[in-house]
Amino acid sequence: MTAFATIGSFFLRFFAQAGQLSLFILNTLKAMTRPPFYFRIIGQQIIRIGYYSLPVVALTSFFTGGALAIQIYYGGNQFNSETIVSSIVALGITRELGPVLGGLMVAGRVSAAIAAEIGTMRVTEQIDALTTLSTDPFKYLVAPRVIAATLCMPVLALVADIIGVFGGFVVGTQSFGFNAAVYVQRTVDFLTLDDVTSGLIKAAVFGFIIATMGCYNGYYSKGGAQGVGRATTNAVVAASILILAANYLMTSLLFSS
Amino acid sequence: MTARIQLTDVHKSFGTKDVLRGVNLAVDKGQSLVVIGGSGSGKSVMLKSILGLLRPERGSITIDGRETIGLSRDERRDIDHQFGMLFQNSALFDSLPVWRNVAFQGLQNEGLSVDDARQQAVESLALVDLGPELLDLYPASLSGGMQKRVGLARAIAAKPEIIFFDEPTTGLDPIMTDVINHLIRDCARELGATTLTITHDMTSVNAIADKTALLYKGEIIWQGDADAIAQSDDPFLRQFVNGLAEGPIEVEGQKLDPINGAAS
Repeated sequence: MTAFATIGSFFLRFFAQAGQLSLFILNTLKAMTRPPFYFRIIGQQIIRIGYYSLPVVALTSFFTGGALAIQIYYGGNQFNSETIVSSIVALGITRELGPVLGGLMVAGRVSAAIAAEIGTMRVTEQIDALTTLSTDPFKYLVAPRVIAATLCMPVLALVADIIGVFGGFVVGTQSFGFNAAVYVQRTVDFLTLDDVTSGLIKAAVFGFIIATMGCYNGYYSKGGAQGVGRATTNAVVAASILILAANYLMTSLLFSS
Repeated sequence: MTARIQLTDVHKSFGTKDVLRGVNLAVDKGQSLVVIGGSGSGKSVMLKSILGLLRPERGSITIDGRETIGLSRDERRDIDHQFGMLFQNSALFDSLPVWRNVAFQGLQNEGLSVDDARQQAVESLALVDLGPELLDLYPASLSGGMQKRVGLARAIAAKPEIIFFDEPTTGLDPIMTDVINHLIRDCARELGATTLTITHDMTSVNAIADKTALLYKGEIIWQGDADAIAQSDDPFLRQFVNGLAEGPIEVEGQKLDPINGAAS
């Protein structure tokens, strides 16, 4: 009986949480598409989410591009490695590693910050204060962050693509003695616009996930400092898992056709 | 005459815990009602239910005769516009400077320009005896008493007709408590506003109440004019007003024996 009760209670909690999240996303989409739009806050969030994430995304993609070049060089056929390294680095970075690693790094940085900020506002009654001042928290707090993250992530992914490919180029030309002009030519020849745009579409979805998870966990946090800490952890974990799951789904959709 | 705020048989529970168990209360126009009660008696839940932040399961809450339970946020926008609210811990937006906090409603909902909003903030701060030198400071750099006054300035900035005060003097020293109580009374009089205050501080009751109600275990068990408190021999009221450990009121987490005060 206790086992049944435990299983029942687990499923009830799961469906309650799923329903709450679905409603939250619905309200967020409504707030994103209906006025008023708080452009000043969207601008602030673009700077916080996009501009301040540039260094971490750039460093991550540079080293990833370099490491990828080393792995392909030593793991593959070294006779025409110049072509293979340049093409696989370009494909791997633009299609997968740029958006995914960039998304995971931004999830760690931004989801946590959003959940902590909105969670603190929740436990200190600032969200209640917003409501009593006739301001919809979804429009004032949630929508600007989700819009900013969805707009910024493709730009960050593009930066990650360029710097990641550059990382492979630096390792290829400095460590393996590849000819710089040939490396660039092979990269340009092999890469198509679809490779880049598929990565950017993924990045936009990751941006939506990152901000939504941060806002959702912060918005429903309770229990003081401990609750805010829990919300922060949950936001990062949920955003990271959802990014990887969404990446798999979108890769299946974009490349199976 | 229709009461400005009328609660009839309001019930609210969280899980198996019944917090409000049939609250009946009326606040007339221009009246200052203070609801007193111990911790956990349901004061904050009652206030949040009136503000539409919580939704009671049963009963009726009307503002000027209009039912508010069940209204969406958009539907009750014109009701919310009549409200001002001072939160227990001020709930100032710590990402915004003082002037943006005070003039928040004007900036977001009334389309005030930056200059007009700053002017509105100066005027509201003056009503709570604060000067314009605070305008560009952030809430974190203010003391608790100053935050409370800025919170009061924000509550009255849009000249609301109904103002709510949630534990307005909690955590303040006796002098600042007196300052806040007088500011509340003076601001409410100046605006001609109806006010509803929840507190457990009897100095606030003496300073600002026209009428007082005692909330205990989710029910109003006594109400009357402020000067009727001294004459009342209601044992619950007497225990609360005199701050006695002994009496019929159960202290949260333990039950006191009404005869000898020992925990049973």
